[in-house]
Amino acid sequence: MHWQYVIPGYVIVFAGLGVYTASLMSRLRSAARKIPEEKRAFLE
Amino acid sequence: MFELLRDARMVLGKDLLIERSSRVVTAQVVPFAVMILILFGFGISPDLRILDSTATVAPSVLSRVTPGLLFLAVLFASLLAIGRSFGVEANDGTLDGLRMAGLDPAGIFLGKAGAVVVQLLGVSAVVTSGAFLFFSVRIEWSVARAVLGVTTAGAAITAIAAAGTLYSALAAGQRERESLVPLLVIPVLAPVLLGASQATEAALFGAVADGWPWVAALAAFAALYVGAGILSFETLLEDM
Amino acid sequence: MSSIARKLAGPSSSRGTRILGALALVSTVLLLLLGLIWSPREVDQADAVRLMYVHVPSAVVGLYFAFGVTLVGSIVYLRKQSDFWDLMAHAGAEIGVLFCAFVLVTGALWGRPTWGVYWEWDPRITSTTVTLVLYLGYLAVRRMDLDPVVRSRRAAILGIISFANLLIVKQSVEWWRGLHQGSTVGIDTQMDGLMFFTLAWGVLTFTLIFAWLLMHRFRLAWYEHQAAAVSLDDAIAARRGEHRSSLAGEAI
Repeated sequence: MHWQYVIPGYVIVFAGLGVYTASLMSRLRSAARKIPEEKRAFLE
Repeated sequence: MFELLRDARMVLGKDLLIERSSRVVTAQVVPFAVMILILFGFGISPDLRILDSTATVAPSVLSRVTPGLLFLAVLFASLLAIGRSFGVEANDGTLDGLRMAGLDPAGIFLGKAGAVVVQLLGVSAVVTSGAFLFFSVRIEWSVARAVLGVTTAGAAITAIAAAGTLYSALAAGQRERESLVPLLVIPVLAPVLLGASQATEAALFGAVADGWPWVAALAAFAALYVGAGILSFETLLEDM
Repeated sequence: MSSIARKLAGPSSSRGTRILGALALVSTVLLLLLGLIWSPREVDQADAVRLMYVHVPSAVVGLYFAFGVTLVGSIVYLRKQSDFWDLMAHAGAEIGVLFCAFVLVTGALWGRPTWGVYWEWDPRITSTTVTLVLYLGYLAVRRMDLDPVVRSRRAAILGIISFANLLIVKQSVEWWRGLHQGSTVGIDTQMDGLMFFTLAWGVLTFTLIFAWLLMHRFRLAWYEHQAAAVSLDDAIAARRGEHRSSLAGEAI
């Protein structure tokens, strides 16, 4: 019972996380291109 | 401490002097606030009545929601007053002038916020009279109610002016300041509106004793923001 | 590492974040199984209770962890002018806003079957909404077109005041709703052992996801910070070059 509320809730949260992660990755890639290789590495 | 207050008084006097000659708050902000009251009447029909009331004449919904509407009108008007407070400085870079004159940044903050307090007290006096008139508010007058109402207005307005002045400084130097300041200030002032409405509700219609805890909360909020402004204004002014 | 894995992990992946990411993924799968299948229905709310396992963790992680990072970052930045903490504060606020939005959406979806309406003036939901706008304001300040140091300093002041505001809003709304017998999303009856475990697992999973996102969002901020410095260096170098060639021209 009430699955019609549960499923959209889970979908919105996890799809939201997925979309945010994907956009974060693409922002990271485009930002990384703007700086030289030697300045990228840290926290390794 | 003495110098802080002296600087504050000087800035306050300066801002009130500018207002006296330009009459922006008296001639623009006050009519704006009154117009908001009229619009509330249009939005919430004055003919809607509360039926399950014990009163012989059923009060209108409009008169019962006066406490909240009153402070909404003051809140909207305060955005204009706050914008004006920094607008007068932004044009000619006069804030730099104030700092070059050796004024204490905390004093500048207190002075500018104080001038907004004085102006908003004027606005709220007009708006309150207007609400009683337009919304046909009927209450049982008593000294205790009047004292609670006036103290509420004082505490709420101090909170609004202090927070507004602080956030105006935060957004200074920005072209999109007109929309940024309301975005920053409105959620911050949400608790003030809440407390002021509740306290005024008690002052107008409820038990007076229920209002005082809200006034205490408003006073604490005001003190917090006055403190935050005093502490941070030096850093904020440096960057302008 | 295969090229697909590299692509998934992004340009900044490190061993630490890859392990963290894998843990977060496994933990998420387990949370879905626990939350949607393994955990029991609740007596009154039936399956609607399953929304709790994403709603409560979003609130804990978003409101306290993420905005807490912004608070700590802002304080340390004002004291030590450390760029690291400034960028951390920014990263925390952005992720906090995302999680706040999850709290509101799942709260509304949970409210419909339990209260009968999507929006009840529940103290926590109401204060979360105000908090969301509060931090949208913080992010707007971070986008201001100003000198980066000035902007960071103002954002740090705002980051500290905003957390105080979060607590004030929460407290005032609770007092207010307390007067009208406030109702809160939750379970009044004794919580079943597996339900409690699922909830705790949800908090753990969201903490892992948050940590992973925070590190990557921080790296993005770090890259942008570096890129600003690089473009400034380039501009200075180009200007010097022009200057030299014009000098050379005069010499001839």
